[in-house]
Amino acid sequence: MHTMINAKSTLKGLVVAATLLLPLHVAAAGSSVELESPIIDTGNQKSLQRGAQTFVNYCMGCHTADYARYSRVAADLNLSEEDVYNNLIFTTDDAGERSKVGSLMESSMSESYGKQAFGVAPPNLALTARSRGVDWIYSYLKGFYIDPSRPGLGVNNTVYPGAAMPHVLWEQQGMMKAEYEEVDGHDKLVGLTRVSEGTMSEDEYDDMVADLVNFMSYMADPIKQTRHRIGMMVMLFLLILLGLVYLLKKEYWKDVV
Amino acid sequence: MSKTTGLMGWIDERFPLTKMMEEHVTKYYAPKNFNFWYYFGGLAMVVLALQFITGIFLTMNYKPDGELAFKSVEYIMRDVNFGWLIRYMHSTGASMFFVVVYLHMFRGIMYGSYKKPRELLWVFGMLIYVALMAEAFMGYLLPWGQMSYWGAQVIISLFGAIPFGIGDAVTLWLKGDYIVSDATLNRFFALHVIAVPLVLIFLVAAHILALHEVGSNNPDGIEIKKNKNADGIPKDGIPFHPYYTVKDLFGLVVFLIVFFAIVFFAPEMGGYFLEHANFVPADPLKTPDHIAPVWYFTPFYAILRAVPDKLMGVMAMGAAIVVLFFLPWIDRGPVRSIRYRSTAYKVLLFSFVIAFIVLGYFGMQSPTPAGTLISRICALIYFGFFLGLFLVSRNEKTKPLPERVT
Repeated sequence: MHTMINAKSTLKGLVVAATLLLPLHVAAAGSSVELESPIIDTGNQKSLQRGAQTFVNYCMGCHTADYARYSRVAADLNLSEEDVYNNLIFTTDDAGERSKVGSLMESSMSESYGKQAFGVAPPNLALTARSRGVDWIYSYLKGFYIDPSRPGLGVNNTVYPGAAMPHVLWEQQGMMKAEYEEVDGHDKLVGLTRVSEGTMSEDEYDDMVADLVNFMSYMADPIKQTRHRIGMMVMLFLLILLGLVYLLKKEYWKDVV
Repeated sequence: MSKTTGLMGWIDERFPLTKMMEEHVTKYYAPKNFNFWYYFGGLAMVVLALQFITGIFLTMNYKPDGELAFKSVEYIMRDVNFGWLIRYMHSTGASMFFVVVYLHMFRGIMYGSYKKPRELLWVFGMLIYVALMAEAFMGYLLPWGQMSYWGAQVIISLFGAIPFGIGDAVTLWLKGDYIVSDATLNRFFALHVIAVPLVLIFLVAAHILALHEVGSNNPDGIEIKKNKNADGIPKDGIPFHPYYTVKDLFGLVVFLIVFFAIVFFAPEMGGYFLEHANFVPADPLKTPDHIAPVWYFTPFYAILRAVPDKLMGVMAMGAAIVVLFFLPWIDRGPVRSIRYRSTAYKVLLFSFVIAFIVLGYFGMQSPTPAGTLISRICALIYFGFFLGLFLVSRNEKTKPLPERVT
């Protein structure tokens, strides 16, 4: 009888433990639109290299990422430091020289200048993939549409209404127009359609943004690949150790009656 | 005490090393029928040790400064060799500490381990729990992310509900400023790395000394000391070492598998161990959309929000913790273990656990009318457990206890 109670209470314990440990899904806060999920893989170095190129060319003019280092990007993306120095560094240090490869990825635009230009300092992008999530960034970069009511910018964003950022990638994407549908007497934004051609097709643009998001995902958590690799070895070691300590326990407990 | 010679003999003449080892380890007789639930006390000790060690290494590169704190954490995560591992072990350790402590406390309640003569043991345990909450709360401010900052702001402001001007004075004293600021960060750092850990060590020592004085309870809730052999050793007792050291070793490895699976493969735990908003540096001018404490505080946070009045809410939240201290005197029945207690007791305990988990869930969500209603019902069940227990345990119909452990 008591063994049954034991088994039952153990089971109950496991259920409680599982409830506490279960990673439930959390919706990204602050927006009501459905977010699109890009197919990305931080193990794909070609994609990361393309993403890095887009990042330094189009984002770092205004946004800083000064938790990350160029040299680390070189090492992790399988690029030589010379290649990175010659092709990916467009920022300058305090002395006006091109940033060293060992330096942090700090934008040349100062925070106060950014604030003056955009009304709000462009945020540091090194951790955005962890704070907002990759789906958010992907959808945000695909979410710009023409909105004449926004002076100076002329665009708005479906994911982040009232965003202070201009549509930096408009040349590639072309300009989008919002489509509305009437729901309960309100105009509801239901989608975007292209009104002017960009230099890229829609698929090409999606691929470029996916690569960029992939790079930002890498940059937010650069140790991820290594962490998973070491993690597998640690798990293997612990499983073997588990077998050994189980046998040890069994051996000792033989004489407990 | 056994007679020792050689080096050990030399030491024993000057320091009670063998005596202590025997008293607490090799001749500490524990009941032989410990089950799954008895792993968590030892595991809590292991996590405490992990937190100390990883914490020491974190302080070597962490900067407790409003301007530098966030960046220094990213420096640890990116530029310090294996800094990411140390930091993730520390952040995962914080949550896992509460996982094992909650399971340990549930064990104590379920098997009546707080009952005479173990009341002080329980009270020391509760003090550890309160110190642990303070430790976790202050530690969470240190990464200086948005959730660190605003979480601290919200929790400290709760003290402001105390009337007669005391509340405002207390919040000002805690923050060292009119808002959460560099001054707050500095004092929380001092308290987190020195003051509270010191208190924790003393309390854990007292907890273990009290345990070894009265002996461990067991799943049957009967006293093994009542049945001793000719040598005065409990018939149902086995020496802690080697039997429970090897058994706990097994439990430890299982725990480490779970622990390191989180550390290596899901250190954020879907936003529950490391909240997403905490990857944005603290900004006193920008309130996040949704401020929620980390999961281990949310049952009490839900109770706070369930009460419409702020002062009453704070008092209810405090009472939810304080009432646990009095459990040994609220439960008046002589039978300890759930195995021999009435159906009424089992229903009470089961509802209590469910209410606690549901409260924890709603404490994480933005308030909704339905959520508030459910939280209110669960808060009533939470306190109802103690009232029900007080009444039920008076004349409880229990099953007969066995002579020996089963």
